[in-house]
Amino acid sequence: MRALAWHGRHDVRVDTVDDPEILNPRDCIIKVTSTAICGSDLHLYDGYIPTMQAGDILGHEFMGEVVEIGPKSTLKKGQRVVVPFTIACGSCYHCGKHQYSACDNGLPADNQDIAQELYGQPMSGLFGYSHMTGGYAGGQAEYVRVPFSDVGPIVIPDGIEDDKVLFLSDILPTGWQAAENAQIEPGDTVAVWGCGPVGLFAVQSAFLMGAERVIAIDHFPKRLALAKRFGAETINFEESAVYEALMAMTGGIGPDAVIDSVGLEAHGFFVDNVIDQIKKSTFLGTDRAHAIRQAIIACRKGGRVSMPAVYGGLVDKFPLGAFMEKGLTLKTGQTHVQHYMPALLNAILEEKIDTTFLISHRMDLEEAPQGYKMFHDDQNEVTKVVLKPGFN
Amino acid sequence: MSQSPTDHTDDAPPTTWKKGDPIAAEGLPTTTGDSIVGRTVTINRPAAELFAYFRDFTNLPRFMENVVSITPIDATRSHWVVKAPAGRTVEWDAVVTDETPDRVIAWTSEPSADVANSGRVEFRDAGARGTVVTATIVYDPPAGIVGKIVAKMFQREPAIQARRDLRRFKQLMETGEIATGSFTRKQHDEEFA
Repeated sequence: MRALAWHGRHDVRVDTVDDPEILNPRDCIIKVTSTAICGSDLHLYDGYIPTMQAGDILGHEFMGEVVEIGPKSTLKKGQRVVVPFTIACGSCYHCGKHQYSACDNGLPADNQDIAQELYGQPMSGLFGYSHMTGGYAGGQAEYVRVPFSDVGPIVIPDGIEDDKVLFLSDILPTGWQAAENAQIEPGDTVAVWGCGPVGLFAVQSAFLMGAERVIAIDHFPKRLALAKRFGAETINFEESAVYEALMAMTGGIGPDAVIDSVGLEAHGFFVDNVIDQIKKSTFLGTDRAHAIRQAIIACRKGGRVSMPAVYGGLVDKFPLGAFMEKGLTLKTGQTHVQHYMPALLNAILEEKIDTTFLISHRMDLEEAPQGYKMFHDDQNEVTKVVLKPGFN
Repeated sequence: MSQSPTDHTDDAPPTTWKKGDPIAAEGLPTTTGDSIVGRTVTINRPAAELFAYFRDFTNLPRFMENVVSITPIDATRSHWVVKAPAGRTVEWDAVVTDETPDRVIAWTSEPSADVANSGRVEFRDAGARGTVVTATIVYDPPAGIVGKIVAKMFQREPAIQARRDLRRFKQLMETGEIATGSFTRKQHDEEFA
């Protein structure tokens, strides 16, 4: 089959590789019909994520048709499914609590060592996202083996086009969980750093959860315009001072809840960000964390910090003093996709949530390397690239 | 100078001690080696089920990567074939030294074994969380510290191995299968060879 493989920093290629096979009883194989490039794929593309190996197949946002099932799969051939990016078993203690991204058994035993050392405990597996998260082949391919297919994939009713439901795999539940983690109360003002897909879905979700005002922060005019479309007020950090603007816009109180949907590759010419970049390039640090620092400083006293953004390693100059003195609460984590999928599918079917606005480019899988380059180089114009095998 | 177990004033398990004599404190035979490994995992299944699976030693190669085969000789004795570095295998006979159904199983290698070792696995009911499984292994590293380094290079180091084996045991018991990042059947067979 054809698949998009990582070969190094800014080097991804569509290769011909072996077809995946059923290996465990609960597996299924799906024939991919749509798969997206995620903002977090750019972290791989930029070489920020350790334990990548040349030839690794990328992609963790995908859907398709079930073409093969293991003896313990509950799916049927021919069903259309969206697959969660988190690989979770459904039978461990954490899955029992619907903390799917903390699944004990999603990672192969040998791949758990790194996370155990780095984080204290291993997390769930992820598709197409380095060997630390299981070394699972991803969905930017013609076919994918899906483990625990009796737990993860959600069946899509006939007649609903791919573009409407594809984002159930990651970014829609991630935006929703980000808003939920912000513990929004009616009348709240919520500030969202980063108007990428997760930030934009967080904006929509925050309003649905009762936020009175949402303030969206970015520097790409197109993305800010999308946030505005959903009712957000905007701050362009290249045009205005973010902290000062937030204080002025909230009567000097600060936002009740702040959401960092930027993560470890924050843009912008801020002192801490520049130092982070130097440290990253000299291997003294791994993550650039400007957005979360700014969010903590801006947040009102006793407020909530939600951090859906991806961080992988260590960060310094974390404003722990401000965090403690103001009595903030931080909630974060990879998304418990399986928990949110059914309700969000209903919200899509009832047309309460629109996701298709996000897609700026549809391309053939064969054009995936070009898609990565475009998404990387022009984040103003390119909001979301969806790849479809056999599109051309 | 070794300290008596009573020198310890905290409640930490002996396998995590920085000083003292954890092997004596665990009550494992010191004749089988001077290195001790302890690992604990919680498995979301009843103790009786876990004990029954583990007590049938022929099941162990399914999740113990190093163990090629275990053949029962009689009710308490069994013959073990285990991978060693550089593609070799080592073999020994082991005898069950302690068995309390659903609670404890312990074994030790017979005196003739090349690689002396002994182990104990305890199953403790943990209510809604399932069963806490603690494995403690005492072994004599092959050819001392050099052997240990070589073993580590080949990832046959018992501390790493015990942790991974317990994870696989947990996966098998909780999910009915062992997670793999392999792609094709061929790759998978090589991984679990």
